[in-house]
Amino acid sequence: MILFTIGVVGVLIRRNAIIVFMCIELMLNSVNLLLVAFSKMHALSPVAKASPTFASDAQVFVFFIMVVAAAEVTVGLALIVMLYRNTHSVDVNFLNRLKY
Amino acid sequence: MQITTLLFLLLSIMAVGAALMVLFSKNPVHSILWLIVVFFAISGHYLLLNAQFLAVVNIIVYAGAIMVLFLFVVMMMNLNQEDIEPVKNYRLQILGVLSGGVMLLIIVLAVMRLQETQPVQLKVGDAGLITNLGKTLFNNYVLPFEISSVLFLSAIMGAVIIGRREED
Repeated sequence: MILFTIGVVGVLIRRNAIIVFMCIELMLNSVNLLLVAFSKMHALSPVAKASPTFASDAQVFVFFIMVVAAAEVTVGLALIVMLYRNTHSVDVNFLNRLKY
Repeated sequence: MQITTLLFLLLSIMAVGAALMVLFSKNPVHSILWLIVVFFAISGHYLLLNAQFLAVVNIIVYAGAIMVLFLFVVMMMNLNQEDIEPVKNYRLQILGVLSGGVMLLIIVLAVMRLQETQPVQLKVGDAGLITNLGKTLFNNYVLPFEISSVLFLSAIMGAVIIGRREED
């Protein structure tokens, strides 16, 4: 079952091939899902038995990832608004001009 | 077939299909709506994994807040025409899909090499309950919590400064 989860999430990770801003959100979410799934998968391992907060650790990490993702989305969308205002396009290739 | 397995398969197919639709829909608004479907499927996965708090937070934060932000930006800038799609570069697209496939292959192979196929513990553990999560958060992770508040403050200021008009 966990292997199939990884398959799913791997397919989700693959999304960074095309340059869309939303794919970043997809990738973050797939990584979140993987974190929770792995924490559940190793819940019976000796390391997990040794530490009392093993499973909640992963979920707290996921929580922090969500926080960072929210902050990143605000800044990223502000950048996109700025780009659109200056170039009247959302084509990523226009960002090539930043080189000069 | 067990009901959880059935649910898992259903949610997985839903997530992957909706994620594909995010990529292949021409209209950005449709793409955002499909992304919301993906987030709901992922929340369902969290519920299956006994992480109730994360499921609720996922729906509130992502489907509620972030997607509204996306929709707001798309509609404010009137991007929801289909002819705004930039000129396609097929060679680049093929290359992107190819490299993504190679990455997927590598990840799957690495996971297969682990040889550790424990099934996921579905119905055990109360780690997802908000009591235990809050205890962990405020006992072991107080410093990252406070730092994330500073990060949020700087993100707000950055967004305001970037988004401000030049002549103001």
